[in-house]
Amino acid sequence: MEKMVDIIIIGAGPAGLSAAVNALIRGKRVRIFSNRDNNLSKAERVDNHLGFYHMSGKELMDKFKEHAEAMGIRIEEGKAVNILPLGDSFLVNISGQIIEAKKVILATGISKIRELPGEERLLGSGVSYCATCDGMLYRGKKAVVWDQSEDAWEEANFLQSIGVNVTFVSDKARHENLSDNVEYIKGRIEEILGENTVEAVKIGNEIIKTDAVFMLRDAVAPDALIEGLELDGSFISVNKHMETNIPGLYAAGDITGKPLQLSKAISEGLIAAQNAALQIDKKES
Amino acid sequence: MAENIIIINSTQEFDDLIRQNKYVLVDFWAAWCAPCRMVAPVIDKVAEQYSGKIIVAKVNIDEQQELAIRYGIQTIPTIIFFKEGRFASKEIGVKPLSSFVRMIDSNIA
Repeated sequence: MEKMVDIIIIGAGPAGLSAAVNALIRGKRVRIFSNRDNNLSKAERVDNHLGFYHMSGKELMDKFKEHAEAMGIRIEEGKAVNILPLGDSFLVNISGQIIEAKKVILATGISKIRELPGEERLLGSGVSYCATCDGMLYRGKKAVVWDQSEDAWEEANFLQSIGVNVTFVSDKARHENLSDNVEYIKGRIEEILGENTVEAVKIGNEIIKTDAVFMLRDAVAPDALIEGLELDGSFISVNKHMETNIPGLYAAGDITGKPLQLSKAISEGLIAAQNAALQIDKKES
Repeated sequence: MAENIIIINSTQEFDDLIRQNKYVLVDFWAAWCAPCRMVAPVIDKVAEQYSGKIIVAKVNIDEQQELAIRYGIQTIPTIIFFKEGRFASKEIGVKPLSSFVRMIDSNIA
């Protein structure tokens, strides 16, 4: 396991970067992870962020990154798979790498994850969110990989390479880097079928038999990331310190709810980071 | 690893253990499994907290495939609580200490 850091920030949009900058200013050791473009980069024009009139989302995002980088913050590539509270610290699984941190800030943006029928019921019984975590269990068996993130093809190739019989389901054309041995079906999974374990998936009118389904989305749903996290609809519940119901776990930005606006995200990142830093200082003084 | 955790080296050892002890918590894991490494310190805490009350054991599913098949291990970590030699309850995936405390307390009451 790697050296313990003060604060892990998951997500490098406006909220995450604001948290990183403010944690650093408070003298904290920070690591920040991201694995996708954020929604701000896609905004054509932003006119309501004070001091930055008439700019595109991408221009603003580039400025934020520049600011963070100028302070020595490096955004690392990685997807959070699990978070485990240990009492005084957390263990965070970032793409299979386990990192210990005193505090965690979730800033993963709006969650557009719509669970499939059968997904939650069969999670851990054939449904998996992590190829490198569960792949070995399906050597010599059939697995369907659903393409829902940019690097899903890599995980499909990984599974095939360790001896899993992989079918790649995607609504895009066959990815050029997908291994020749991997079967490809164009379409979308609509339902996961099975009594106690995964038996098949439904794609259009077709039923495809399989032992496992790997749901490789860009992000894991927050309540699947950490046991017992309190939600308010599809958003994470926080108090005025941006702390969730799990002590030491903070959330900031769109993930905490409306208004889904840049200025709010930046403010919440600051509040979360300052409170996390304050708690660390209190404990260590 | 906590000193009082028992490593299972054969199916026979496992069968004897759950037969001879009223309460046994078993962590099914493998070396390549990152979430298993996360849960390991929590299992250590369980072993400490319930020392003298329950037995805590570990089964490496790559080495003990027969046991993994017998208990239908589909994902790891899977932690199973055995009561009087029988399956009583299980937890799958990365869970905090409170989940295990709940599972154990509801079975040893």
